[in-house]
Amino acid sequence: MQQSNTYIIIFSVVLTVICGFLLSGSSQLLGPIQQEAIALDTKKQILGAVISSDEIGAMSPEEITAFYENHIASTVVDIEGEEVTEVEGTAITAESVDIGSNYKKAPEERLYPVFIYHEEGNPDNISAYILPLYGAGLWNAIWGYMALQSDLNTIEGVTFSHAGETPGLGARITEEGVQQRYQGKEIWGEGGELESVYMQKGEGRDYTNDPHKVDGMSGATITAVGVNNMLKNYLGYYEAFLNKIKESSPAKMAVNN
Amino acid sequence: MSTETAEKVINKPAEALLSKRRKSIVTDPLIDNNPITIQVLGICSALAVTTQLQPTLVMALSVIFVMALSNLAISILRNTIPSRIRIIAQLAIVATLVSLVSEVLKAFSYDMYKQLSVFIGLIVTNCIVMGRLEAFAMGNKPYDSVLDGFGQAMGYSWIILAVAFFREIWGSGSFFGIPVLDPLAGFIGMENLATNGLMVTPVGAFMILGLIIWVQRSMTKYVEQ
Repeated sequence: MQQSNTYIIIFSVVLTVICGFLLSGSSQLLGPIQQEAIALDTKKQILGAVISSDEIGAMSPEEITAFYENHIASTVVDIEGEEVTEVEGTAITAESVDIGSNYKKAPEERLYPVFIYHEEGNPDNISAYILPLYGAGLWNAIWGYMALQSDLNTIEGVTFSHAGETPGLGARITEEGVQQRYQGKEIWGEGGELESVYMQKGEGRDYTNDPHKVDGMSGATITAVGVNNMLKNYLGYYEAFLNKIKESSPAKMAVNN
Repeated sequence: MSTETAEKVINKPAEALLSKRRKSIVTDPLIDNNPITIQVLGICSALAVTTQLQPTLVMALSVIFVMALSNLAISILRNTIPSRIRIIAQLAIVATLVSLVSEVLKAFSYDMYKQLSVFIGLIVTNCIVMGRLEAFAMGNKPYDSVLDGFGQAMGYSWIILAVAFFREIWGSGSFFGIPVLDPLAGFIGMENLATNGLMVTPVGAFMILGLIIWVQRSMTKYVEQ
């Protein structure tokens, strides 16, 4: 009886159902906690573009949330740089925009959140603009945040993350040493056109004199190409917004606190 | 007077919870039957996660949890699992447990979850886990199986922690993230003690592992058949 086909099928079904229950049960239970953890991590990444990771590491989750609330204002724009406050009747905030799912739409239809790093209590004193980026690495998605100083040209800092790049190779985009290479680089060229910053092939060269090049990661060229494309594309999408800011004074822009 | 046909029922005293035999189930895998150094199983993760002590510790605890519970589950079910699908059934249980570990990590220790990324999932493919299920849990009682899972996982854990210890000190100059080489250099009056970049790569892990196997086998005088 034990080896009969019926028994085998019944056994398999029961085993599958029990395992399924266990997994979906734990998923339901842990879901909210995981969402909080991910939201906290997103805040850390956004702040990581403007503050050093040592400082972030020293802050407790409550401190990070408080710091974020005091220093980060946000807005959402479309590809023309026009502010968007609602879509089909539902109000939207930068935090509610899912950059990953937006990536699947055509660039003209996407929503582009912008995070503004300002002095505590004084939203008009803007230190940096933080732009979310999204792209494709070698194996899976890559994303990050780029902080531009108030001249909208010099990079204050970047953070990168990935979904499944190779540890030790493409995954090195999360290393502070690699991200620091972008500090001080410029995104606009001499003639006023958008030039972006490019990670070069190979590692170990000094590019301090070139404001548009950074040292690469040896063995991770394809990921680096993904990063370069991500920067170029998204800076292009935000270009209209950046030009608008340059023309008008920051105080005129409505921000969500 | 009919003792020839009727079997005498002998009540053996129940085996102590930590009898000598059971203790050896737990302690053998630490040295004499170590999964990594003697049985040479589970090398893959030993090379990959051991760059630093903290993720290695999380990995070790996850493996202990998965092995103890999967051994328990399979041992309880050992008489009901149809032998034609037993590998699949074992795999289903191990995969469920590993997914549980992954979800819990994601909820309570998101940084570790990001750092360990694929390697938690790869516990499913760790030969030690499936190996012990087949070799021990399918033929032994539940409590013994838990002890075996625990013992084997401890054997695995101390080896990967040892490898991580050397790799972190020598490759990154730190211990659990705290820099130690620089203060040490200051203490003995040198400007800095150089770290060895090779230790951060799997090649370094392989070398350290080889040295540990060599030392251990010379001490226990183990010779492969």
